[in-house]
Amino acid sequence: MAANILDIRKNFPVLNQQVNDEQLVYLDNAATAQRPTAVTDSLVHFYQTDNANVHRGVHTLAERATEDYENARVKVQHFINAAESAEVIFTKGTTDGLNLVASTYGEQVIQAGDEIVISIMEHHSNLIPWQQLAIKKHATLKYIGLTADGELDMADAADKITDKTKIVAIAHASNVLGTLNPLADLAKLAHQHGAIIVGDGAQAVPHHPVDVQALDVDFYAFSGHKMMGPTGIGALYGKRALLEQMPPYQFGGEMIDFVHQQDSTWAQLPYKFEAGTQNIAGAVGLGSAVDYLSDIGMANVAAHEQAIVDYLLPKLVADPDLAVYGPHDPAKHTGVIAFNVKGIHPHDIATALDMEGVAVRAGHHCAQPLMTYLGLVATARASFYLYNTKQDADRLLVALAETKEFFNHGAVKAE
Amino acid sequence: MGLSKLNSLYREVILDHADHPRHKHDLATSTNTITLKNPTCGDVINLSIQLDDQEKIQDIGFSGDGCTISQSSASMMTDAVMGKDKETALRMAKTFSDMVMGTKHPQADLDELGDAAILSSIMSFPARIKCATLAWWALQRALLEETPTDEEEA
Repeated sequence: MAANILDIRKNFPVLNQQVNDEQLVYLDNAATAQRPTAVTDSLVHFYQTDNANVHRGVHTLAERATEDYENARVKVQHFINAAESAEVIFTKGTTDGLNLVASTYGEQVIQAGDEIVISIMEHHSNLIPWQQLAIKKHATLKYIGLTADGELDMADAADKITDKTKIVAIAHASNVLGTLNPLADLAKLAHQHGAIIVGDGAQAVPHHPVDVQALDVDFYAFSGHKMMGPTGIGALYGKRALLEQMPPYQFGGEMIDFVHQQDSTWAQLPYKFEAGTQNIAGAVGLGSAVDYLSDIGMANVAAHEQAIVDYLLPKLVADPDLAVYGPHDPAKHTGVIAFNVKGIHPHDIATALDMEGVAVRAGHHCAQPLMTYLGLVATARASFYLYNTKQDADRLLVALAETKEFFNHGAVKAE
Repeated sequence: MGLSKLNSLYREVILDHADHPRHKHDLATSTNTITLKNPTCGDVINLSIQLDDQEKIQDIGFSGDGCTISQSSASMMTDAVMGKDKETALRMAKTFSDMVMGTKHPQADLDELGDAAILSSIMSFPARIKCATLAWWALQRALLEETPTDEEEA
C-alpha cells in the first residue's frame, strides 16, 4: 500500500494545488473526503449516457438507469455484508438514515417510561433525533459515559442498558475522540435486554472493514461523502424483519403498491422507504466509491491510516503544549485526532495552519454535549484518509510548531 | 506564504487586547444585558451595559470564551463605546459591520471606532468575520433590548 501511495494521490486532482502559496495538505476528512476521478467520472458518464428516471419507464434509458441504480445498491450491500440488497435503503446521508429510524421504528415502539440509551460522544445527528423522540414520548434518554482515557465505558453501558431499554444508538467510530467502539459487544448487550441497536457508521465505514451481520446491528447508517462518494447520498441498513414491520418514512411516488381514493398499500422493500425520485446519480457515484475502496481493500485503508497514527500520535502526545483527546495509545486511536494547543484558541490554530496550507477543522464538531462533558468549548481536529502520507503528518507538526512560535513569542513584533 | 500573512490579522494591538482584555468582568448593576453564541464554533459572549439617565454608556463589561479575534474585538468594542450615548454606539456598530464586509465609510466614522478599526484586516479571512462581529452584534442587540432565543445564531 505504501508503495503505491503516490499513484493513489494521482487519482485525487484536488490534492494537487497550492493553498495560500503552500502545497495543500487536506486533513479535514472526518468532515468530508475528497473524490477520486473514478467517482466524478461515473457521475459525468451517468448523466451523459444513461440518465433517466428509475423503475417507471419502459424505454431503454430508463432500463439502464434502473440497472445502474440497483447495481449500486448491490455494491453497497456487499461492501457492508448485508444479507440482501433489499435491506439497503438509499438516503440523503447518515442524518437522514438516523432520522428515518427514529421517526418510524422509534415512533412505533417507544412509549412513556421506556429508555433510549446513547453515548456522550454522539454526533448531534445521532443525538437530537433520540432526544426529541424521548421528549415527545415521555421516554428517558440515558448517556453512556467515558473511561479516563476517552473510551466508551463498557461497565457504564452494562449499567445503563436495562430491561426498560428499547433502543440503543451508538457511533461505531467517534468523530472527536478517535475511538472505534465495540459495537458487536453493545449489540449483544442490547439484545440481551430485548432492545434493538442502531449503529452510526459515518466515521467507520469509510475507514474500516464493516460487516453488519457480524456486528449483529439492527440498523446501521452512513454517508457517501465521507467515503469519497457524492454529497446528498448515503445508505441505511436495516434487518428485513424490522423494516417490514415499520411504517413508511415519507409518502409519494415510487413507495406505493396501490393507491385507492381513501387508502394505499406500500411497495416492497426497499422501495417502501424511497419516496419520490431518488438521488440516482448520487447512488451511482456511491457505487463507484465502493468499487474504488474495494479495489484497494478496506483492510489496507485501515492499515495505512493506522501507520500514520502510530507515527503522529506519540509526537503530539509528547508535546507538553498540546492536549490530545481520546486514547493516547495509537493502537486504540483512529485517524481522527482532536487536540488543543495551550493558550491558543482552536480557531486561531486553524487559521494559522491554513496559512501553511494545512486544512483542519476547529469547533465543537457537532458534539456539544461531549465538549461540555470534557469541559471544553472547542478543539482543533486533524483527520486522515488513505491519500494522506507521513509527510502530511510532518507538515502538520511543522505548521503547529510555527503556530506556537507565532502566538507565544509574538512573531508580529518582527513586523 | 507561511505565517507572514497572519501578521495582518494578528497585529500587535489585537494580540494585546486578546492577552489583556479591557472591561472583561461582569457589572454589579446593568440596564441592558445579552448572551450571544456563535453556534458554528461555540464562542459565547455575555455583555452587560449600564446606561445612565441620558442613555449614555456609563459602564460596560463582558465575559465568555472565544478566539483571539472575538476576545480582542470585544475588548476593543467596549473601549470604543465607553462613555458614548446609545445612538452613537449603535452607529458605531453599523460602521463596524459595514467595514468588515468591505463597505466604504468616511474616515471620521472609522476613527470613531478607535483600535477596533484595525480589524478591517479580517476581510481577507472570510471565515473569521463572524468572530470579529460577535461583540458588536451583542452591543447592538443589547442596546435595542432584544432578547435572543437560547440557541441564537450570531
